[in-house]
Amino acid sequence: MIRRIWGMLYRHAAMYRRSWPRVAEVAYWPTLNMLIWGFTSTYIAHAHGAPRAVAAGGLIGGVLLWEIMLRGQLGVTIGFLEEIWSRNLGHLFVSPLRPGELLGALVIVSAVRTLVGLLPATIIAYLLYSYNILALGPVVLLFFINLLVMGWWVALGIVSLLFRYGAGAEALAWTIAFGVTPLACVYYPLTALPAWLQPFAQALPAAHIFEGLRAALLGHGMDWRQFTLATGLNVAWALAAILVFAGEFRRARVRGALLAIGE
Amino acid sequence: MEAIRVENLVKRYPHTLAVDDISFTLAPGQILGLLGGNGAGKTTTIAMLLGLLVPTSGNITVLGHDMAQNRFSALARMNFSSPYIALPARLTVRENLVVYGHLYNVPNLARRIAALAEQFNLGALLNRPAGELSAGQKTRVALAKSLINEPELLLLDEPTASLDPDTGDYVRGVLEDYRRTQGAAILLASHNMGEVERLCDNVLMLKTGRIVDRGPPEELISRYGREDMEQVFLHIARSETL
Repeated sequence: MIRRIWGMLYRHAAMYRRSWPRVAEVAYWPTLNMLIWGFTSTYIAHAHGAPRAVAAGGLIGGVLLWEIMLRGQLGVTIGFLEEIWSRNLGHLFVSPLRPGELLGALVIVSAVRTLVGLLPATIIAYLLYSYNILALGPVVLLFFINLLVMGWWVALGIVSLLFRYGAGAEALAWTIAFGVTPLACVYYPLTALPAWLQPFAQALPAAHIFEGLRAALLGHGMDWRQFTLATGLNVAWALAAILVFAGEFRRARVRGALLAIGE
Repeated sequence: MEAIRVENLVKRYPHTLAVDDISFTLAPGQILGLLGGNGAGKTTTIAMLLGLLVPTSGNITVLGHDMAQNRFSALARMNFSSPYIALPARLTVRENLVVYGHLYNVPNLARRIAALAEQFNLGALLNRPAGELSAGQKTRVALAKSLINEPELLLLDEPTASLDPDTGDYVRGVLEDYRRTQGAAILLASHNMGEVERLCDNVLMLKTGRIVDRGPPEELISRYGREDMEQVFLHIARSETL
């Protein structure tokens, strides 16, 4: 098992080594987002004084942390799409590589992509806006892991859609996670949403993570209740996504969709 | 133990019966040709043998493993090549072979790749991206990939399509040699009837999902009173009664 996962990691490492546009893409959006929201936050802080500075810090922290989810999701789905684009899935699925091992490799690739992609944005936040996400302490790691896991189960859902609808569902890989953003409460508290929308937001781990982040920024320390809710929801959603993936993979083998997934 | 045992295999789609109750076996060291026109059921049959497609009914046993229950054990001991499936274009030939060497848990991988490079004359291509190769070179690389794990069973879909006659002849020689030295079984889907006559011990003639005839090529040629397999193929393909 380990050697097969290593084989897939080697495949992706070799691909990135030979393609600078792919490497640039990893860091491009997080850096761009940080520049836009960083300057916006600086403007808010200067225009409205110190109390707003906390909100501005929340914006920058939100941008950085939300990018973890987005990059985590894209890391898995793009990795899978690379196999479709290169018409290599047929070879992979008739090798001894289990679907779970393929996903395991993509998850590792996604974690590395996310870390590398966020590094320039983190440095920019520190140098240009004097914002140090690590100053929040070890809780950042807990936020990081939770958001990464959320990105992975969202990706698993998208890969399941690719099995069902073929490469025609590719656009979803780029858009679904962005569509979740309004409910993730990244830039505003949960109470800013209409009452009828709040239960939907509360069903997502992200809303609890960002409530926790804001509590930490306001000096209230770690909100363990929100963290526990986020972790529990992540586990539940991840299990559901695994079941959906297994079902769609099986259905794809019945329908013959694996033979024509690139169409 | 047969390399392949297929019993009453059926694949039915909502509007099509792609494979209609076929049964056959393939013994180790034998080459079996799977022949038929477009839509005859060759690709569907191969996809079910590889576990890419779940049969509607019937049983497939590959190298002693029931494909419905234990397909990964069989997949580790077999391999597949088709010019219609590509290898990652950005990776070099060597990198592609390394990837598949890891997936198939090949021991002494560097030595195995060197042997394949010599066998398929890939030495000058090893460090070139797969996407920059000609169609014929890609086919040779795909064949090298299909032998990376020294499979006991090899499934080949049009193995010499897009190869020039000289290279095609060389590849057929490699396959004959591989069968002889390794005792491997080979299932070959091909539209090249000269290739079928040269390589195959037996052929299955498929039409609209059914096996309409079977036997050694020379026996079929004799039975239909034709000069070669090309004429046998045309006779069967155009016959209303078969």
